[in-house]
Amino acid sequence: MPETGLTERLVAMSAALRRHGLAVGTSDIADAGRAVRVLGLDDRERLRTGLASALLRRSGERAVFDQVFDLYFPAALGARTDHQPELPEGDERDVSTALRDLLADALARHDAEALDRLAALTLERLGALDRQPGWSAAQALDRLAPQTAIADALERRSPGSLVGDGEGGATSTSGGGSEGSGGGSGSPRFEDRFERDELRSAIAEFRRSVEAEARRRNAEVRGTERIADYAVRNSVETRDFLSSGSKDLEELRATIHPLAKRLAARLSSRRRAQSRGQVDVRKTLRRSLSTGGIPIDPAYAHRRPHRPDLVLLCDISGSVAGFSAFTMALMQALSTQFRRLRVFAFVSTTDEITDLVLDADRLADDVVTTALRTRKVLGWGAGSSYGQALDSFTERHLDAVGPRTTVLILGDARSNYGLPRHSALQAIRDQARQVVWLNPEPVRSWDTGDSIAGQYSGIVDMHECRNVEQLRTFVGRTLAV
Amino acid sequence: MSTPFSSVDSTRNGLAASDYLASDAIATTVYLASTLGKPLLVEGPAGVGKTELAKALARATGRDLVRLQCYEGVDESRALYEWNHAKQLLRITAERESSWDSVRSDIFSEEFLLPRPLLAAIQSEQPVVLLVDELDKADEEMEGLLLEILSDFQVTVPELGTVTARTHPLVVLTSNATRELSEALRRRCLFLHVDYPTPDLERKIVQLQVPDLAETMTASIVRVVGALRDMNLRKSPSVAETVDWARTLLALGASELDAETVKSSLGVVLKHQRDVSTVIADLDLDRVLA
Repeated sequence: MPETGLTERLVAMSAALRRHGLAVGTSDIADAGRAVRVLGLDDRERLRTGLASALLRRSGERAVFDQVFDLYFPAALGARTDHQPELPEGDERDVSTALRDLLADALARHDAEALDRLAALTLERLGALDRQPGWSAAQALDRLAPQTAIADALERRSPGSLVGDGEGGATSTSGGGSEGSGGGSGSPRFEDRFERDELRSAIAEFRRSVEAEARRRNAEVRGTERIADYAVRNSVETRDFLSSGSKDLEELRATIHPLAKRLAARLSSRRRAQSRGQVDVRKTLRRSLSTGGIPIDPAYAHRRPHRPDLVLLCDISGSVAGFSAFTMALMQALSTQFRRLRVFAFVSTTDEITDLVLDADRLADDVVTTALRTRKVLGWGAGSSYGQALDSFTERHLDAVGPRTTVLILGDARSNYGLPRHSALQAIRDQARQVVWLNPEPVRSWDTGDSIAGQYSGIVDMHECRNVEQLRTFVGRTLAV
Repeated sequence: MSTPFSSVDSTRNGLAASDYLASDAIATTVYLASTLGKPLLVEGPAGVGKTELAKALARATGRDLVRLQCYEGVDESRALYEWNHAKQLLRITAERESSWDSVRSDIFSEEFLLPRPLLAAIQSEQPVVLLVDELDKADEEMEGLLLEILSDFQVTVPELGTVTARTHPLVVLTSNATRELSEALRRRCLFLHVDYPTPDLERKIVQLQVPDLAETMTASIVRVVGALRDMNLRKSPSVAETVDWARTLLALGASELDAETVKSSLGVVLKHQRDVSTVIADLDLDRVLA
């Protein structure tokens, strides 16, 4: 076999996967090698599938794997040479206009192959960095603005029929719920109303191809290993809440429901597991009287299932808003697991937003923005103040906390140098069954700058909760029973 | 061990001949699992055809399907083997005269063993397909029981010793990921994530199952179901529901998919009343009909 090089490549690829948190064992690499021998190298997609089946253990790992695979088994080297459409030379604006036109055309025709080619072309023509060798997907996508091709593609797909919602500018991406179907002309079919959504996901796919292309080209310039370490996006589950952009948050939101389902299943199975297996000695002895003192028929103690009352106290100021919003949405999705769920939000003063969270049926609803607009969460100061927030909570809402209540505080404990008001937190702790503080900052940056995490963590349990995985572990372990 | 398939394409064709349209990824992984002799762990949302894959695999290879359906509390005596107490008692009464020693050695022989699915699979004279369905529903001890079988194809019965497989079964494990399976188990398997099929493949599946439905109608149905899967529903429609819907619409004699048809037949696709009302609100069906 000419596979000495191949083995090394498999090992290097596995090492890269490990650095992104995947547990790839030696036996997995051996399996991967066998898979390559069986499948051969001719069909790249089959090779990808085969390696994935040997190296992966769960589906969440697939996104990372795909990116790394593309780096270690690139489709080709250098610029693509497959037949390319004519493009104007020179001015970048002309180029992007021409590209956008081709994009709209490919979108309208559902032409996946053409889209893939266009992604490569987009990077080639718009993504080259000016000052150093290398490529930037962000720059290319910025210049192209692919989402602006949606309206154009819609028009081409159904010539003659008007798009119902009369969008003026092509740049508007408002979309959303309903689009009145039909401008009369032609007969728009029922399912055409999904067209815009379909186009949007096609654009998202296109963006991913441009990013993949950028990684491939950069790997040639700067070395595969480096790109595999720095340019591969971690799976959603291990991405930091605090460094998440709005696109990440959208992706995160999409994981809430499957996550909530899994957590709910785990919580209720833990409850069941705990309600069996405990022998009630007293009852067993009494029963054994009828068998002459031999405990033939053991009696089990029935534990009353405990559904906690949950009170969320969330910092919704800019920096941690994403984390709070995600956790709120997750708790709402899990709300059947609690006897009651009440949510309070603060920037510097505290106000109840339970109704907003519970009514937010659609995950797209932005609870945080609504709360900032309609509730009294902003006091006189500008930045978040934990002291003031805790104070106003104990003053007005302390009756929400009782002996069955688990209080979750979400925030980074950065007080903007205000007074910490330990007594308020102590008052909450004394009245609750359990108080846990989830902090989206890594432990090492606690107590730096204006963070008073150390002071608060002396009063209540404080956990680092930087990503979905940590949040999931916390909910599964601590919140049950 | 002889491999049942000679290539990825023959795997795909074999499955297709058994009425299972496999994506390239599925065919590739199944081919690998059968060639390398490794168990296949299949995960994915409910209703995408994980169990169906094992059944089709049995049909395609002409093997018997041995199925172990897991549930909470499934144990050794349900999964592996049990002693046939009644038969043992009969034997004891029949042999009143003989000595204790001979009876004792007799009644713990294979004759009195009731093989349950796992033992049956490895004892079988002919190679079989072993399906361990919904493994995530079973308790963790169940996984421990499986490890010996999955890596060495043998089972240890205390009274008998080790029973080694006569043939090499093709093993398919399915899971909906309600519980995390152990690393030890995952390490022994090839992993396959089955997701909802691409629109193209789903159209073909519907056409295969409901051949009388017009092609445009099939396309419309698949497209709408695809959009429903993107909504935030408690239970997203699976392939089975797409097929059900196609059958229903065929029976209703609907010639095109309009708001009214959709509204009146949504119950076939969605299993929760709340989902139905969400979709009606999201698609503005009431307003369109008004």
